[in-house]
Amino acid sequence: MSRAAAPAATGGIEARFRLAWPGFALEAALQLPARGVSALFGQSGSGKTSLLRCLAGLERARDGFLALRGEVWQDEARGLFVPTHRRPLGYVFQEASLFPHLSVRRNLEFGMRRVTAAERRVSLDHAIALLGIEPLLERMPERLSGGERQRVAIARALATSPRLLLMDEPLAALDAPRKAEILPYLERLHGELDIPVVYVSHAAEEVARLADHVVLLRDGRVQASGAIAEVLPRLDLPFARDEDAFVVVEAQVAAHDERFALTRLEFGGLPLWITGLDAPLGAQVRARVLARDVSLALAERHDSSILNVLPARVVSLDGASPGRTLVRLDCAGRALLARITTRSAVQLGIVPGMALFAQVKGVALLR
Amino acid sequence: MMSAVDFGAIRLTLELAAVTTAILLVIGTPVAWWLARTRSAFKGAVGAVVALPLVLPPTVIGFYLLVTMGPHGPIGELTQALGIGLLPFSFAGLVVGSVFYSLPFVVQPLQQAFEAIGERPLEVAATLRAGALDTFFSVVLPLARPGFVTAAVLGFAHTVGEFGVVLMIGGNIPDKTRVVSVQIYDHVEALEYAEAHWLSAGMVVFSFLVLLLLNRRKRGSAR
Repeated sequence: MSRAAAPAATGGIEARFRLAWPGFALEAALQLPARGVSALFGQSGSGKTSLLRCLAGLERARDGFLALRGEVWQDEARGLFVPTHRRPLGYVFQEASLFPHLSVRRNLEFGMRRVTAAERRVSLDHAIALLGIEPLLERMPERLSGGERQRVAIARALATSPRLLLMDEPLAALDAPRKAEILPYLERLHGELDIPVVYVSHAAEEVARLADHVVLLRDGRVQASGAIAEVLPRLDLPFARDEDAFVVVEAQVAAHDERFALTRLEFGGLPLWITGLDAPLGAQVRARVLARDVSLALAERHDSSILNVLPARVVSLDGASPGRTLVRLDCAGRALLARITTRSAVQLGIVPGMALFAQVKGVALLR
Repeated sequence: MMSAVDFGAIRLTLELAAVTTAILLVIGTPVAWWLARTRSAFKGAVGAVVALPLVLPPTVIGFYLLVTMGPHGPIGELTQALGIGLLPFSFAGLVVGSVFYSLPFVVQPLQQAFEAIGERPLEVAATLRAGALDTFFSVVLPLARPGFVTAAVLGFAHTVGEFGVVLMIGGNIPDKTRVVSVQIYDHVEALEYAEAHWLSAGMVVFSFLVLLLLNRRKRGSAR
């Protein structure tokens, strides 16, 4: 480590780890925000889980530094390493990790009983209610479904009142219906608890729904790190090149159109129509716009069936794949991606700086 | 029928097995834990030493114990210096010999039980604020309970069945070192076949019941 002193000026998480195994090395430095969900995203073998284990202290990088909100948990330059059981963190493992010899209630109490009363900020009842596991309390883990087990595991971690919640692909071992069962609970955590979450995933869908901040890992290194709205549209990153490339748009519910069962969202002063939502006016929502659902027009047209036509400015272009061009747009300060044919890009003479209109064929609500 | 000497031998055997098993559970647990968890280069060597009684003739173990615990052996000199006297031909000596002789029967089931638990529950416990000792008592012990039962039963039964080591270091002193297996030997030497039958059949029934119990437990825990 070049910096010996503890530069814990940021209010969030500051981490640097260098750790080598035969055939793999983790060499990551990152700053994560103190609030919200940070996703560690990457393919298997990219070092996501290793990085998470380093954050937890389950893996000790002999060259490492870690501070949370100014509190140093690891600084190998000073020989400081707080062992896992002394760190106020919660950890949810990929597969169900409930103690098989304890009932659900005793599992929940296991961590909570080991936290001093002064440290308790999340009550057991609150954790139980948040995850909806009240009816399961007296059961043994072997009598729970996979989804139920994972909900108990999350509640168990929360009941220790962690100041950092680490989740290692908590949905990866579950089938689609079970995933759909748990995601709303994870979103509730996000809304109700002021605990920073670091969430490992290789599923873009989960990241899109949950993450506020994205860290893209590749071969043990940080390829990009930033707010989700900034990272997803970057043309130099693999997200934009994916067949299902998308951006997320944070918007507010502005109006409901009962007659046509539509809801008008607003972002940066622009309207965005979406299939009727059951949400109060003013509610913050997150929507996803796929790059392939955005086409471009030089003039604002009202003679098509497309509802959403937004004024935009071209930021940059990139050849995505043979015959395809990715266009990054600026729409009232928000980034959108459009994937069009290269022929269209040439015929329309699209160049950076150009003003045009983005026709958005589909908007999907994420949360 | 069985005589008072026979009953004395049975009582002595049960005492010896109980004391030995208790000592082995205390000694064997940390040894098994270390063997299950270590990445040390000595793991193979220590594991082999623990397993030696499985393959060595009991007379070899008995011979070396006799030599080391004897008046000129290192353990013998130590026990004499401590004022305990000499261990061979005493109940304490039999306990020492039995501990060596039955060591693998306690350590190996425990080691297997600890290995079967794996790393994950320990990591989970650490993320739930449990330190190493806390984790051992609140997670490892309950999860390894079937292993402890197996280890205790095997250690006890194997000590009951001991003969060669006892004969080498314990001799044949009634109510002091004469255990059931030695008593049977004496009966046969004296051509008292009826008496030998009583004790031998008792051993067969006892051993069968022990194995039956273990098998039932295994089936139960697999379900």
